[in-house]
Amino acid sequence: MTLAGKPLTGSDAASTRPEREVEIRFRNVTKTFGDLVAVRDLNLDIGKGELVALLGKTGCGKSTMFNMISGLMAPGSGEVQVMGKSPFRDFDWFRGKMAIVFQNDRLLPWRTAVDNVELGLEMMGLGKSERRERAMHWLEKLGLKGHENDYPHALSGGMRQRVSISRAFATDAELLLCDEPFSALDEMTSMRLRNEFASLVRENRKTAVFITHSIDEAFDIGDRIVVLKRPAEIALDLDMTGGVDQAERERIRATIHRTLSV
Amino acid sequence: MTDVNPERQVSAGRVFEAGRQAFWLAAPFVLIALAWQAASAFFPPFLFPSLIDVFGRVLDILTTWSQFSSVLATAMRILGGLAGAFVLGAIFGLTIYNFRIADRLLTPTLIFFQGIPALSWVVFAIIWFHGVEFRILFIMIMTTLPAFTFQVVGALRGMNKDLAEMVMSFRPTRKKYFTAMVLPSVLPEIVTAWKVNLGNASRVVVVAELVGSSGGVGFELLQQQQLFDMAGALAWTLQLVFFVLLFQWILSQFERMAFRYRAVSERSS
Repeated sequence: MTLAGKPLTGSDAASTRPEREVEIRFRNVTKTFGDLVAVRDLNLDIGKGELVALLGKTGCGKSTMFNMISGLMAPGSGEVQVMGKSPFRDFDWFRGKMAIVFQNDRLLPWRTAVDNVELGLEMMGLGKSERRERAMHWLEKLGLKGHENDYPHALSGGMRQRVSISRAFATDAELLLCDEPFSALDEMTSMRLRNEFASLVRENRKTAVFITHSIDEAFDIGDRIVVLKRPAEIALDLDMTGGVDQAERERIRATIHRTLSV
Repeated sequence: MTDVNPERQVSAGRVFEAGRQAFWLAAPFVLIALAWQAASAFFPPFLFPSLIDVFGRVLDILTTWSQFSSVLATAMRILGGLAGAFVLGAIFGLTIYNFRIADRLLTPTLIFFQGIPALSWVVFAIIWFHGVEFRILFIMIMTTLPAFTFQVVGALRGMNKDLAEMVMSFRPTRKKYFTAMVLPSVLPEIVTAWKVNLGNASRVVVVAELVGSSGGVGFELLQQQQLFDMAGALAWTLQLVFFVLLFQWILSQFERMAFRYRAVSERSS
C-alpha cells in the first residue's frame, strides 16, 4: 500500500516499488564513530529514476549516509550497494556515474566558472573541445552565460551554487547526490534554484538523493520523502508522486513534525 | 569657469599616483645613498668611498666578463642549491605528509639540522668533500632543506579538505588529483618558500664561497677584504643584491600571473 503521505516503514516502502530497478541499496547498515552511533541497522532501497529527499534533523546521520553512498566512507557493518557495486570498494568504477552537489559550492578558487564545470569531465578523460562545449551548455542552461570566465570570488552565492550544479549535471552522471545544496542561500534564491534543480533532474531522468533538514524543501523536491530519526533509522517513508493537496500536505507536515520532535 | 576634460583628469590622477609610488619606492634608497655620500666627505675612502667610485666598480664588474662570470657563478650556485633543496624538500614533504613513520623520523632530524649554523655546514663540507662545487651545493641544500620541507608539509596539511573531498568525488586518477587539486593548492606557499629561502641562500652562498671557493662573489669579497678595498666590497655586494632583487621580481611576476584568481579588497589594496 503506497498512498500519498501514508507513513510506511523502510522495508514496506521498498517492497511497494517492485517495478523500479534498485539503484541504491542499504542492507543492515550500521556506522559508528567511537561511542556515537550515526546509522543503526538501516535498510533502504532507492529505485532508478527516483528523486528522494532524505529529511532529518541536524546530526541524525544524513551526511554519514550520503558519504557512504558517495563512497567517501565505508559502512561499519552491513552493505551499501549502488548500481550493484560497492561505492567504497569499487571507487573508480563510479567515475562519471555519480556526481555530487555539496552544501557549499566547493568551487576551486583558481579556476574560472567554466573550468570548474569542466572538472568532472577532465576526470572522465574527455577532450578539451567536448569539455568546453558541455560546460558552456550547462552554464548557459543555468543562466550563467557571460560569466563563464569569472573566478568564483566574483560570483554571488546563488551563481556559485549554479556553477556547482552545472558541474554535477555536465558529467551526465546517472546518479546525483545533493547534500543540502541550497541551505546557505537566501529563501528566494533557494526556492528558485531547487525548483530549477528538480525540473532538471526530471527532464534528464536522473536518480537523485537530496539531503535536507527543511520540510518545505523536501516537499518541493522529493517524489519520495524518507524521514530519518536519530541515529539514521527510517521513521517515515512517504510517496509524494502525483503531488498532494494543501490539506494533505498539512497533515503530512504535522506527522513529520511529530516524528522529528520525538 | 574652466571646462576640465574628465578623461584627462583621470589620466593626470594616474600619473600623479604612479609618481607618488615611485617616490616612496626610491625614497629609502636615496636617503641611504645621501647618508653614505655625506659620510664619504668626512671619512677616508677605505672606510666610506664615494658612491661615484662604487658605481664605477659596479659598471666595471658588469662589463668585464672575467668578473661578471663570478656573479653568474654565484647566481647559478644559489639557484642550483635552491632547486636541489626544493626537489628534496618536496620529496621529503610528500613522504612526511603521507607516512606517519616518515614524519616521526624525518621531522626531528630536520629540526636538528635547522639548529646547525650555516658556518658549521661549511666546515663539515670542507672536511668531507673535495670538489668546490659539490661542497657549495651540499652547504646550500643542508641549510635550506629543512625550511623547504616544512613549508611543503605545511602547505599539504593546510589544503582545503572540503575541496579535496569534492575533487575526490569525481574519482580522479592520482596524476589528475595532483594537477587539479594538490599543485594549485600548495603553489602559493611554495612560491613564498622560494622567496624566503632566496634571501637565506644568498647569505649562505657568500659564506661558503668566502671559505671554500676560488671564485664567485664570496671569493671576490675575500679579495677586497684583503686589499682593504671598500668600494670593491660594496660593488660585489651590490651584484648579489641586484641578483636577489631581480629574482624576487621574477617570482612576483609569476605570483601575479599564477594567482590572479585571488580576490582583491579595495580597502586593503
